[in-house]
Amino acid sequence: MTEEIIIAGFGGQGVLSMGKIMCYSGIVQGQEVTWMPSYGPEMRGGTANVTVIISDERISSPIISEYDTAIILNQQSMDKFESMVKAGGTLIYDGNGITRHPERKDINIFRVDAAAEAAKMETTKTFNMIVLGGFLKIKPIVKMENVIAGLKKSLPERYHHLIPVNEKAVNRGTEIVQEIQKA
Amino acid sequence: MAENVINKDIVKEENLVYKKTDLLTDKPLSYCPGCGHGTAHRLVMEVIEELNAQDKTVGVAPVGCSVLAYEFMDIDMQQAAHGRAPALATALKRLNPENYIFTYQGDGDLAAIGTAETIHACNRGENITIIFVNNGIYGMTGGQMAPTTLPGMKSSTSPYGREVHSMGAPMKITELIAELPGTYYVTRQAVHTPAAARKAKKALKKAFENQKLKKGLSFVEIVSNCNSGWKMTPVQANQWMVDNMFPFYPLGDIKVPEE
Amino acid sequence: MKELRLMKGNEAIAEAAIRVGVDGYFGYPITPQSEVLEYLMLQKPEERTGMVVLQAESEVAAINMLYGGAGAGKMVMTSSSSPGISLKQEGITYMAGAELPGLILNVVRGGPGLGTIQPAQSDYFQAVKGGGHGDYRLIVLAPNSVQEMYDFVETGFDLAFKYRTPVMVLSDGAIGQMMEKVEVGEQKKRLTDAEVKERCPWATTGKDANRERNIITSLDLDPHQQEVFNHKLQAKYKEIEKNEVVLEEIQTEDAEYLFVAYGTSSRICQKSVQLARAKGLKVGLLRPITLFPFPTERLKELGKQVKGILSVEMSAGQMIEDIKLAVECNVPVEHFGRMGGIIPSPEEVVEALEQKLK
Repeated sequence: MTEEIIIAGFGGQGVLSMGKIMCYSGIVQGQEVTWMPSYGPEMRGGTANVTVIISDERISSPIISEYDTAIILNQQSMDKFESMVKAGGTLIYDGNGITRHPERKDINIFRVDAAAEAAKMETTKTFNMIVLGGFLKIKPIVKMENVIAGLKKSLPERYHHLIPVNEKAVNRGTEIVQEIQKA
Repeated sequence: MAENVINKDIVKEENLVYKKTDLLTDKPLSYCPGCGHGTAHRLVMEVIEELNAQDKTVGVAPVGCSVLAYEFMDIDMQQAAHGRAPALATALKRLNPENYIFTYQGDGDLAAIGTAETIHACNRGENITIIFVNNGIYGMTGGQMAPTTLPGMKSSTSPYGREVHSMGAPMKITELIAELPGTYYVTRQAVHTPAAARKAKKALKKAFENQKLKKGLSFVEIVSNCNSGWKMTPVQANQWMVDNMFPFYPLGDIKVPEE
Repeated sequence: MKELRLMKGNEAIAEAAIRVGVDGYFGYPITPQSEVLEYLMLQKPEERTGMVVLQAESEVAAINMLYGGAGAGKMVMTSSSSPGISLKQEGITYMAGAELPGLILNVVRGGPGLGTIQPAQSDYFQAVKGGGHGDYRLIVLAPNSVQEMYDFVETGFDLAFKYRTPVMVLSDGAIGQMMEKVEVGEQKKRLTDAEVKERCPWATTGKDANRERNIITSLDLDPHQQEVFNHKLQAKYKEIEKNEVVLEEIQTEDAEYLFVAYGTSSRICQKSVQLARAKGLKVGLLRPITLFPFPTERLKELGKQVKGILSVEMSAGQMIEDIKLAVECNVPVEHFGRMGGIIPSPEEVVEALEQKLK
């Protein structure tokens, strides 16, 4: 199994940390992982994206031009990455702020309205965990228990009291993700 | 006539008034007759000897006339790239804090190309001793203008005299680093007379002893001459130094630790 | 039990420095490698092992601190990225000239000048051919994973002390910034003063009564002596070339075409090999892990086996010169690369192979 994923959105949305938690989860279950950010002067508010690869085998290129899954969290990222999903691959997006919805017919499309849900849950910082839940519902490449173990490893000890809230957010994500289109 | 025959009869303990410290090697000094480096080398080595610190001292030689200081000093030494001695000394001291570490630098090395290293080692308060021999000229490369060359003073790169408007004013780097909180003891000395040399030695000793206190950097400037570069006889050069250098670079303590 | 971490390349090299018992790190911030210094400062290595970590006033000062510390027989390292490595060249050639061990990490970014902050491999010539003035070489290690960033700290220091020479780890922004699984080693003790004196009898630790004074210098005013010393250096480099070549081969057994790539490019080429083979092209990959010494002998052999070689570098083509020298015109050698901080895609590499060599 090799899953090549792009997660893209605004800086500050938790794009990079979501990728990190996926990688930690992969390590917990004995897999190889690579987390390759687009780095640069963009901080909060700019665009941010990260390529995450989780595999049972040694990972080759950390830089790829086609993805199994694209997780898209703003319009700029939709414009940039929709075309880079492999035929038959998966695109998951949050509808918040999206003015042009995905148009390809040869990919699976899901929608997880995590921003709206996070606002409802009054925990806007768990936005990325809701998205992660949506992704894992569709692609259960890492087990939920390993996600929690991964969270523990990725969060500093002083934030461990937030793990239950995050767990709840991941679970909520699995519930609210909707299928828009099957390839 | 055998000129070098020593009258053994008078070489007796009670007749000895001067002895070269064992910490100077027997290699003949390569400095020009009348140059202050020889005396400055001797004073530094006498101080190390008096502190009984040969096995704990590491010196850093610069680029300049004293580039070969390690030929004359019988201690472990490193030879630095031009201006970088304080960076070497920083690492030497931090990695072996019980060692005595000093740099021995000239004006071009310390106050031109090495300005950043000098100022930042001083500002960090590295627990080292910097010995700064200032003769207002690049001696080794043949008498070019230095950052400390006096206004109007001729050198091979200011053949009509240092023109302050275009070449800048001489830099009083010793006063400058004295302003930094990291320096603990800053003084300006000379070695052209026995009295001056005795005072300079006292200052050097204090500068090394300060390393034990771990309170910051000790900086000893020695205003010296360069009779070859200045194109004077040794005697003229010393007089010119007294008449011209000392008024601009007055001798004495600049920053003394509060008791 | 082995300890696994998820780390950036820059963090891995910093953690390795603490764990293998490095005595001193001297650095200066520059993107994309500032995490090395940041990580070390955060980890309080003074408390963990007594390691000294210092933010210098410049790259020039940092490399000269390395010179001072290495001259005292200590394990010292620094890191920077391309423009900063250019500034360090002065200190590096002095270290080579004074035969001092030390580890220098270059997390390469696009150039020339201030360039970009994105990954590149355009410092190959500088790293492998000398970089500073005078006839000298560095041992150059090229990691292509975060694990190798970790592992090459110890490898690098072993080589540096074995040969009394500075060693460069030539990485790039991609490997510095990406995170991967890293198995970290046990904490090793730093050498004691007595162990330092035993390993480095030449070091300036303070002259005691039992030995002559030690002098660390790269100066010899006598040209004849200086020539003798140069011969000694060259003999050392020959010895390194004989003993220390390390390389990796992927699917070269039946290869009709060969990619040669190091670092990030070699990761991309691994995927390109898969893509090419899926198209029926028998392609293999040779990855030099040591760039100096270069795997000349093995390339010469492979040059007789394959129909063409593609040198894949994130530069205008620098390593290709060493490949051409190695294969002695027995086989066509072409270059493919992107520059300025652009990383080629695996597909582009396969296309280039098809266009240039088929």
